[in-house]
Amino acid sequence: MAVLPILTYPDERLKQVSEPVTELTQERLAFIQDLEATMRAGPGGVGIAAPQVGRFERIVIVDVSSRKNIKHHGRLVLINPEITEWEGMAIAREGCLSVPDFTGNVIRAERISLSALDEAGQLRQIDTEGYEARAIQHELDHLDGLLFLDRLVSRRMDLYQRKVYQK
Amino acid sequence: MTGWYMLTIIGRDQAGIVARVTAVLYEMGCELGETSMLRLGGNFSMMVMTHCDSSQQQIQQQLEPVIRDLNLHLHIDAIDGHLHDHIDPNMQVSVHGADQAGIIARVTAILADNQFNILDLESDVGGTAQDPVYVMHIVGTCLKEVEQVSAALAPLHAAGIQIRVRSLDTLIG
Repeated sequence: MAVLPILTYPDERLKQVSEPVTELTQERLAFIQDLEATMRAGPGGVGIAAPQVGRFERIVIVDVSSRKNIKHHGRLVLINPEITEWEGMAIAREGCLSVPDFTGNVIRAERISLSALDEAGQLRQIDTEGYEARAIQHELDHLDGLLFLDRLVSRRMDLYQRKVYQK
Repeated sequence: MTGWYMLTIIGRDQAGIVARVTAVLYEMGCELGETSMLRLGGNFSMMVMTHCDSSQQQIQQQLEPVIRDLNLHLHIDAIDGHLHDHIDPNMQVSVHGADQAGIIARVTAILADNQFNILDLESDVGGTAQDPVYVMHIVGTCLKEVEQVSAALAPLHAAGIQIRVRSLDTLIG
């Protein structure tokens, strides 16, 4: 496994829209291993998208299991992911491996449902919320050439409170 | 001498202050670093970190016509400035309640006792003149747990001050 160099803003390539994956070749699976190693090498990185390392394919990895007291699905490799449902809104602070030394507040859906292929090529349906849902939305934006800077609502704190859903 | 200056500009608010002040700095070849502009009680206030080959006196002289014309006050300090030196907050303290003297002093004294380093603080008085409401937001860094800080602030609840402490976890993706 290799840690790959990360593209950083204002590199124009970060604005490129990535293409769907058509085949899970051995080479592509090896790339996914490298992509994960790159995510884990970054300080505090909980997700990464293939275009962040200059490969413009619709592949993201998210793993928020290191965070305390949150619901999550562990390590997720999402290939050709599509969000099918959104619900609620929340503001929280984000940063990005591709935007060093800058963080700010971003609005995201609180709960999402999505479909994606996993590494075995199996179609998965995932319902998620909160921090994991935010991480997935952040990474999916990279596939469409968007950075959190494009969705920034403020640098400073907000009076908006994070919505708490009771089950 | 790093060539960094902190400009503090205050005065009665009106449209165009930022544009005119920054135009002068741009024409002088000054680069702006981090800046903050706030309207406080109808007053314009701005702090500008600027990097410049000019002396403090030269900046003062160049800005003088705009400052005089807009009836502003300018203060310049040579500073030891750095960019790319941000600290991410890991805790937020939200405070509100009927306005009373000493809220900020009492809250921040407890935070200081808990080694809470304030990175950003904003407070405002809303409500009505008859029933003013005080609202304050603080973010900063603290090595203690949210529960410990919350417990330390709890005695203030008896004075009618509502306080909520929560952790901030910046998502890096």
